[in-house]
Amino acid sequence: MQKELVRVSNLKKHFDITKSFMSRQKAILKAVDGLNFSIYEGETLGLVGESGCGKSTTGRLILRLIEPTEGKVLFDQNDLSDLSIKELKEMRKGFQMIFQDPYASLNPRMKIKQIVAEPLVTYGYRKEIDRRVKEVLEKVNISPSYMDRYPHEFSGGQRQRLGIARALALNPKFIVADEPVAALDMSIQAQVLNLLHDLQEELGLTLLFIAHDLSVVQYISHRVGVMYLGHLVELSDKDLLYDNPLHPYTQFLLSATPVPDPDYKKEKQAALTGEIPSPVNPPPGCKFNTRCPYAEAVCFNEIPQLVEIEPQHLVACHLVK
Amino acid sequence: MEPKVTLQVKDLKTHFKTRKGIVKAVDGVSFDLHQGEIFGVVGESGCGKSVTAQTILGLVGKNKHELISGEVLFEGENLLTKTDEEMRQIRGKDLSVVFQDPMTSLNPLFTVGTQIAEVPRFHDNATKQEGWSKAVDMLGKVNIPSPSERASDYPFQFSGGMRQRGVIAMSLICNPRVLIADEPTTALDVTIQAQILDLLRKLRDEYQASIIIITHDLGVVAELCDTVAVMYAGSIVEKTNVKNLFKNPRHPYTKGLLASLPRPKDRTRLKTIDGQPPDLHEDHEGCLFAMRCSEVESFCETQKPLLKSIDQEQKHQVACFKEEEVPDAERISPGK
Repeated sequence: MQKELVRVSNLKKHFDITKSFMSRQKAILKAVDGLNFSIYEGETLGLVGESGCGKSTTGRLILRLIEPTEGKVLFDQNDLSDLSIKELKEMRKGFQMIFQDPYASLNPRMKIKQIVAEPLVTYGYRKEIDRRVKEVLEKVNISPSYMDRYPHEFSGGQRQRLGIARALALNPKFIVADEPVAALDMSIQAQVLNLLHDLQEELGLTLLFIAHDLSVVQYISHRVGVMYLGHLVELSDKDLLYDNPLHPYTQFLLSATPVPDPDYKKEKQAALTGEIPSPVNPPPGCKFNTRCPYAEAVCFNEIPQLVEIEPQHLVACHLVK
Repeated sequence: MEPKVTLQVKDLKTHFKTRKGIVKAVDGVSFDLHQGEIFGVVGESGCGKSVTAQTILGLVGKNKHELISGEVLFEGENLLTKTDEEMRQIRGKDLSVVFQDPMTSLNPLFTVGTQIAEVPRFHDNATKQEGWSKAVDMLGKVNIPSPSERASDYPFQFSGGMRQRGVIAMSLICNPRVLIADEPTTALDVTIQAQILDLLRKLRDEYQASIIIITHDLGVVAELCDTVAVMYAGSIVEKTNVKNLFKNPRHPYTKGLLASLPRPKDRTRLKTIDGQPPDLHEDHEGCLFAMRCSEVESFCETQKPLLKSIDQEQKHQVACFKEEEVPDAERISPGK
């Protein structure tokens, strides 16, 4: 059994979006509503779902960039929500984040060296800056001779690699990558995916990889979780999920993804009708019941729990037994 | 019998004058669009695919910094020589467009129905009532539930997928013969994307409209298109039917793109195309892909390859010297 690095239990994040303080009715947006899962050392857990399903919020909650409404995140057996600011800062050395937009996540007024060195400065490793910055830049295949340049002199793919270099500066154990390739062109996307893959093997990194692109997630992940309206609907070993998706939503998601092969005949499932319901007023019972063609009475009353259907394959659906 | 050609683009060039020099955003693009054909244009950002669409629609070339040459023949007339007023009569009626971002292509101050009704009111002199009922009709056709009520909604009351369907309804209301869709599904989720792609397919089947779809997603191309042109740095480097493109890609750039896609079941390293697309501010001699090409020869760097057919039926065209039996360049270049 692999060692558990991150344990998420009953994690919830509700945003109060009441429009005016005069309103009597409170509007609560349940972005993340009761997540339970673990991330094991050295693995990549992919988190997929459509916009608004809570996947980015989950990433932020795990790093405690935002405070959970309820529930716990254990990192290396330590409960992050109990820690004081000082303890949390010490802990945060161990985890980092890679952001989606390589244009917005690098300060245009800072030189590359300053950007990559910033985490080192924060944690007081001033003496090691030169050596360490050079080291991580080499790791992401950017020549250290570019250290004195500004971000605008780099292309999108290079910038994303700089973001990765910055995340690596403190030698973290765990990285949350929030849509790291969504803003990149196809050929550049491949470079960044290769880099993440290599870095994981070389450094034994644990990754939470958040994306909406199913083929990218399939390539990079060991296990995949599918989210819908703040809930995990399926969590499984990658191959089991893609070969034998059990939750109806996962099945629709896979069949809706265009395959770059004109000969590929999918068992053409009728396209999913309707849209994701608003997370402010989600339907009672299973959140997918408004769009699910198989929904039965029980689906409208009870929220299904994530249960193990076969080894390594958890599904939250009343109809999958 | 070959279906009729509805739109013919001949040696289209769009150059922008900038302070750093002339940018050849589109540099000699030619293609024929047949009736009922879905024509895909793929390429990475900055390859000129959107500028090509905007030039065809007459949306660029109106000021002295935008230099346009070539021909766009639609019903035997060259669109590039038309005045703004003449283009306004054509655009939205015979030739219409769907842009990428459904959030910004609708006016937030008017109801969706009013905005759609504006099109038949302008082009067909429809009355307010006629326009409105046409708009409601069209919203129903693009699968907006209870269209008569939703037509009085403002854009913010629509979700992203609904807005894009509203924009598509607007572009189809006058039964255009050619629809240009510039990344119509990029801003949408996959399940919504599948609905929009179905809608475009239905449109072609029912109205025999021709569609140019601009995208960077090879999955969308494989699902939807009949013919595909791959663009790189302002030119078409390969043009063929979908099957050939995926089964028998010939240009090194197309091969590279296909190889860089993550494949299911395969966790080996992805192949990448090294380097960056060229800076179009600078003048380049030779093939623009030469500096990233794995099969580059010395003559590639001095002469520009032209798009040439490599099969009998003229269905597969490639701009690469390696595909010519005796490369022209080899004959010309001294010392070879």
